[in-house]
Amino acid sequence: MKKLMLGNAAAARGLYEAGCRVVSSYPGTPSTEITEEAAKYDEIYCEWAPNEKVALETAFGASLAGSRSFCGMKHVGLNVAADPLFTISYTGVNAGLVIAVADDPGMHSSQNEQDSRHYAKASKVPMLEPADSAEALEFAKLAYELSEQFDTPVFLKMCTRIAHSQSLVDTGDRVVPPAKPYEKNIAKYVMMPGNAIKRHPVVEERTRKLIAWAEESGINRLEEGTDHSRGILTSSTCYQYVKEACGDRYPVLKLGMVWPLPEKKIRDFAAAVDQLIVVEELDPFIEEHCRCLGLAPVGKALFPLEGELSQNIVADRLGIAHETGAALSEAIPARPPVMCAGCPHRGLFYTLNRNKCTVLGDIGCYTLGAVAPLAAIEMTACMGASVSAIHGFNKALGKESEGKTVAVIGDSTFMHSGMTGLANIAYNQSNSTVIILDNSITGMTGHQQNPTTGYNIKGDPAGKIDLESLCRAMGFRRVRVVDPYDLAACDQAVKEELAAEEPSVIISRRPCALLKYVKHKAPLNVDSDKCRGCQMCMRIGCPAISMKKGKARVDATLCVGCGVCRQLCRFDAFESTGKEA
Amino acid sequence: METKNIMIVGVGGQGSLLASKLLGRLLMEQGYDVKVSEVHGMSQRGGSVVTYVRYGDRVASPVIDRGEADFIVSFEVLEAARWLSFLKPGGQIVTSTQQIDPMPVVTGKAEYPENLVEKMRAAGAKVDALDCLALAREAGSSKAVNIVLMGRLSHYFDLPQEAWMQALEAVVPPKFLELNKKAFALGKEA
Repeated sequence: MKKLMLGNAAAARGLYEAGCRVVSSYPGTPSTEITEEAAKYDEIYCEWAPNEKVALETAFGASLAGSRSFCGMKHVGLNVAADPLFTISYTGVNAGLVIAVADDPGMHSSQNEQDSRHYAKASKVPMLEPADSAEALEFAKLAYELSEQFDTPVFLKMCTRIAHSQSLVDTGDRVVPPAKPYEKNIAKYVMMPGNAIKRHPVVEERTRKLIAWAEESGINRLEEGTDHSRGILTSSTCYQYVKEACGDRYPVLKLGMVWPLPEKKIRDFAAAVDQLIVVEELDPFIEEHCRCLGLAPVGKALFPLEGELSQNIVADRLGIAHETGAALSEAIPARPPVMCAGCPHRGLFYTLNRNKCTVLGDIGCYTLGAVAPLAAIEMTACMGASVSAIHGFNKALGKESEGKTVAVIGDSTFMHSGMTGLANIAYNQSNSTVIILDNSITGMTGHQQNPTTGYNIKGDPAGKIDLESLCRAMGFRRVRVVDPYDLAACDQAVKEELAAEEPSVIISRRPCALLKYVKHKAPLNVDSDKCRGCQMCMRIGCPAISMKKGKARVDATLCVGCGVCRQLCRFDAFESTGKEA
Repeated sequence: METKNIMIVGVGGQGSLLASKLLGRLLMEQGYDVKVSEVHGMSQRGGSVVTYVRYGDRVASPVIDRGEADFIVSFEVLEAARWLSFLKPGGQIVTSTQQIDPMPVVTGKAEYPENLVEKMRAAGAKVDALDCLALAREAGSSKAVNIVLMGRLSHYFDLPQEAWMQALEAVVPPKFLELNKKAFALGKEA
């Protein structure tokens, strides 16, 4: 029976059906659900690793040991996992190893829109790219076959619109291939120069064989059209936009494998049409390959390098008429994402703003601390950068910045890439103040456990790393915990630690307000007789508070009674509406 | 059949996920090819969110573009107005009359536009506006706005009530089923 499945869930189903036994990943939108869905199959061991490098190395270890294994990540996660990737390409695998990487064109939930296909080419690892959920399932299974046939890790490349779209799939049964016992093979698996030199030609030969496979495989599919004035070379979600905009008018060569690319197949296709058009998101990856073949494709001359494409963009650029809707003439106010009502980060950011701190930020929900009215964060680049950068910032400016600069990083991000930066502060001695925003979960990606929460991916008790002990073990003598709902305590902690003549760590600890186990207090209400309309409470950017007719008003459907606003009110206008929920 | 398009728009956290799940289930059971597309992650944090539901004989693109939506189902008036240009000429908007101030309005940087329903009608849209929050509370939970909207949307579909109820049963936990059935009926009959 057909099922309506999210692309990521279908990929997970593919892992299951292919007999995958070990999954290690780090969450990252839009890749997260592959691993979450895989964890629902009891036959697959699944875990959240501290970061993508650890996850890929774990999956590699499982592959060596003879189990089909998997590692999933978002595009920027692949930067972290790039180190093992480039060398695992040389060693090859024992049992199949599949790496899913999910790009985010349009940056719905990312800090850049890098194009992961370059990694496939650079690391010489084949990359399959599904165009819907059915292909996500089918390609995940195929990836294991290719991995074992060609002795290579294989990429399964997703993007937001494939990962987070549901379409119909046919599911099959799980087939576990016979175990592949681990065999000691120093020449293959110990990549010291003498061995790696011998492996490199093996990799180049593998790519030649994969190109030959790509020429013949039905995964790169020709679809005939009635009008040969144009032929369209495309893949992934762009293929769907082309079909939506053009129907069956032009011939289409739909690529299911985007690295390595076929040569003869593309040349033959180009020869059969008047104009070769490449439709791809982000970089001219396929287009440049065509140029290397001596062809004259039209790609980025028509289509943007930035953002997502759509059926209308494809139609526009190809000169095909389509409907355009009517918009209202007046401006519609933007609705940017905001920190949730009751978010524990709010009180801390208010404190940093009030103390006029320079705040170097990191990746997570708390990046929203850069948004007005809190507008506290001044830098966000990548996982862990806050802790490393504050050290450099303070080394450059010395006392001038030590007394007012802080790094803020979430608990999961700290475990991912913050610990090494903290080691640098401890070792190379800068008087830096690091604040770990410990909301006891990986929040932004939708509540995944991490090494500090004490639970594993299935919600069962697991090892729990104690942040205070960890920081002390690194040599930090000043480690203190504050409750971010307590503004006075936050203010005191920030002032004291910035003033201290040695590095310190403040752990701002309170669980995410959206966690199911968090008990909320009754919503607050504003006594309009007491409210003077001073708007002090508006400085925290709480979505539950607004001004109506010069008085503050609380939206009881949003308020969770955290009481941060109440601490700011000089007129005692906030009152509880009733007993605690 | 040519592909039909339903957009579900609202504010992150309002429950559009369940509505799209219900529609996906319903339309798949009718034998259509179906695609449902949504965005997860940062935009969900109280931001403007949109889900695309497409069905027909063969659905290619997972997203709905400007001028394509047969229906825009909206949890919030400003969001219906924001996505108005995605409505097909002659398309139908079904919206809750709830208004949630976005942060630029909360901070006084912008004003919440007035009379949006009338303005959308003046722009040529058919607008069915009802107080879904009140109906959801009447059904027993303010969280049932999504199902009230689905009940209202069912008006415009030539599908048996039974099909909707089967889809509802498939996506709602048993202990909330009665509440949601009531919410559906209140939306339908409003």
